[in-house]
Amino acid sequence: MAELQKIKNEVEELKKEYFCRSRQAEENRQRENQAATRIQSWVRACKVHAYLSHLHKKAIIIQKIWRGFTARARFRQMVKAAYFIMKMNFYEEMAVRIQRRWRGFFVRKYVHNFYARKSYLKGLSRKNELVRMELDELQELQKRERDCLERVKEQTAKVYQAHRLHHLLSTEQCPGVFNSPFRPAPHEMELLLRQVKYQAPTRLSRGVRACPAGMPAPTAPSFHGTLPPPWIETTGTYCSSRPILPPIAIKKQQVLFREPGEVWEQRVHCPDLTLRLRTSYTHLEEAQNQLRQRDSKGIPTGTLGTGSMLHHLSQSRNSSTQPANSKSFR
Amino acid sequence: RSMSCFLFLTTIDAPNITLYHKSRMQFVQTVADLATEPRNIQVLQNAGVMSMLRALLLDVNPSIQQTAALTLGRLADHSDDLATVVVEENILPSLVQSLALQNRFYKKAAAFVLRAVAKHSPELSQAVVACGGVDALVSCLDDFDPGVKEAAAWALGSIAQHNASLCQSVVDAGAVPLLVLCLLEPEMALKRITASTLSEICKHTPELAQTVVDNGAISHLAQMIFNPDAKLKRQVFSALCQVSKHSEGLAEIVIEANIFPAALACLQDPDKYVKKNVVTLMREIVKHSLALSEMIVACGAIGVVIDYLGHCQGSLRLPGIMLLGYVAAHSENLAMAVILSKGVHQLALCLAEEHESHIKAAIAWSIGQIGHHTPEHAKAVATCDLLTKLLELYVDASSSEDLQAKSKKALKTILQKCTYLLGLEPLLYDVPTTILKHVVGQISKVLPHDSQARRLFVTSGGLKRLQEIEAEPGSPLQEHIDTINNSYPEEIVRYYSPNYSQVLLEQLEHYEPA
Repeated sequence: MAELQKIKNEVEELKKEYFCRSRQAEENRQRENQAATRIQSWVRACKVHAYLSHLHKKAIIIQKIWRGFTARARFRQMVKAAYFIMKMNFYEEMAVRIQRRWRGFFVRKYVHNFYARKSYLKGLSRKNELVRMELDELQELQKRERDCLERVKEQTAKVYQAHRLHHLLSTEQCPGVFNSPFRPAPHEMELLLRQVKYQAPTRLSRGVRACPAGMPAPTAPSFHGTLPPPWIETTGTYCSSRPILPPIAIKKQQVLFREPGEVWEQRVHCPDLTLRLRTSYTHLEEAQNQLRQRDSKGIPTGTLGTGSMLHHLSQSRNSSTQPANSKSFR
Repeated sequence: RSMSCFLFLTTIDAPNITLYHKSRMQFVQTVADLATEPRNIQVLQNAGVMSMLRALLLDVNPSIQQTAALTLGRLADHSDDLATVVVEENILPSLVQSLALQNRFYKKAAAFVLRAVAKHSPELSQAVVACGGVDALVSCLDDFDPGVKEAAAWALGSIAQHNASLCQSVVDAGAVPLLVLCLLEPEMALKRITASTLSEICKHTPELAQTVVDNGAISHLAQMIFNPDAKLKRQVFSALCQVSKHSEGLAEIVIEANIFPAALACLQDPDKYVKKNVVTLMREIVKHSLALSEMIVACGAIGVVIDYLGHCQGSLRLPGIMLLGYVAAHSENLAMAVILSKGVHQLALCLAEEHESHIKAAIAWSIGQIGHHTPEHAKAVATCDLLTKLLELYVDASSSEDLQAKSKKALKTILQKCTYLLGLEPLLYDVPTTILKHVVGQISKVLPHDSQARRLFVTSGGLKRLQEIEAEPGSPLQEHIDTINNSYPEEIVRYYSPNYSQVLLEQLEHYEPA
């Protein structure tokens, strides 16, 4: 029984021990749990860390390779671009050279052409000279025309003067005013006076103002540089400046008029002298018939072919023409 | 009973009535004859003849009416006050009304009165327009008698000449087509008057000129250039000139009428006003554009115009001078053409001969237009010694402001292109600073590059003069002077500086012989 008691006590001690131990264990449980958790977490962390660092390294490798790849690609692109730009610059420079040459050429040839300008200026001065010469000639011509007109006017005035002073002409007995014996030759006025033939103005000529016939007429001078012709005596010509009608005042006897008595006598003593036709109304038809009869008689006598043609012609014309005409045809 | 009275009067009092007629006729004819002498007119006015004539205008006898109208016209023609009196006495409305009804002598006399009144001032013309004178005159233009047409055209011309609104009223009455028809009439006096009236109408505004052109006047005027009558040609060219002055389009229309090589022949006409009007026409055409001036120069006009400048004097030269200026202003080719035709030489002669300020101003302007294009042109201007002359004109106190301004501008513009040293050197002496700095600037541009020029500059005393110029340091003038001095060795510059002799003497004082 002691052993039982001992075992019971041991059981009790065991229970107590058990309780103690469980209580301790219970007390330590949390601590130990935490410690275990900590250790476990640390281990886990180490694992993860190792994993992550492994991943990092791999990632780095990948990124390194990738970056190198893209950078090289970009570099290649840059090189291409730079090459392209260099080429373009080169082309542009060459293009500029071409354009420069072309523009210089174009401007020198078409816009600011030196030779064209030179020839333009030369041509212009030549044209100026030409125009000046032509205008000088024209002026000469016009001056000569004006001089001519002046001279014509003067001469007409002088002639008119001479006409009015016709009475100063010198006679055999007495020398005139313009013909002084002390002069070597007569004055021109004297000569004009000799040439002018005076005619007394008639009443009817007042409206017309005809030139007295026989006055030296101012003939129209030619306007091309020759002097007007010397004043010659012409008869019956008119002044060319004004359209003057012929003088109606000149009493010319009409010849071939018979005396009035003669005509009256004729009228009285020849009563059958009329202006009426003394032929009959049918005279024309009768004459035509006669002719036709004569023609028809004339055919048998006959002539050559040409004669007959003439004959035919005359026959065809007979009906239309007067007897006199056909007679002359024959 | 009235019948018997009338019979009584006509049978017994006939001599008195004829005496009355005769005395009125005599009175009015005497007054008309007196009115032709200017000294009598004051006497007539004092005698109050105006109101008497006004009564006689309404007389029974037509010849008395005509003579009274003629007298009124002569009185109004003489002076401004008389014309105002005519207007105030209300004579114009009755004149205008009877214009439509009466015969041609009366119409001529009435038109003469209207012209004499209208020509003095715009107010009087306005009075004529207000009483319906324009319509009456335009209906006269339709008449058969050329004398009536001439008087009506002249009256319309004297109304239209004053200002644009009066002219517009003339045109609105439909005068222009009738005037163009009158141009075609054979009578020379009518053609002259019509041409001058068209010229007066065209001169105010472009629209009026366009109206005249639209009625086909230009082709007729162009044909009349070949007419030998000098006065007609004056008016024709004046009309063409007034048309072309307004715008390029109108000038082109005038050119298309093919007047150009033919009009140059008219420059040889003995009448100086014809020549002046031709040159004025050319000037008005040229001033619009380059193409037109090239055309005119290509006809050989420049040489002829320069000859014309040589022959005439005074204000007749003015259009020719302005023509050269306008031509040269458009392009440097044309300016070179002017120079080659001895234009600059001729302008120098004109400058020497003319004394009037406005002509000199025009010459200065033209020279400026010719010289300012390139160094070649400036050299051509400088060789004729014109730079010194322009300077004199600028500096001269008696020149008008316009002349001074123009010569200054011309001088400046020419100097900016001038590289001709011989011409520039005389300008270093007695010159205001504004011009001096340009001169020195130009010299400083030329000298550094040309050794012979440097030598010449020294020997002619230019360097000495340059040293005498005092300029503020830092101003452009000083910079130019420095540039010039830098192109010479030190000793030469010092030699020519003004106080060199003093400096040497001072050196002498400090010197001790060894």
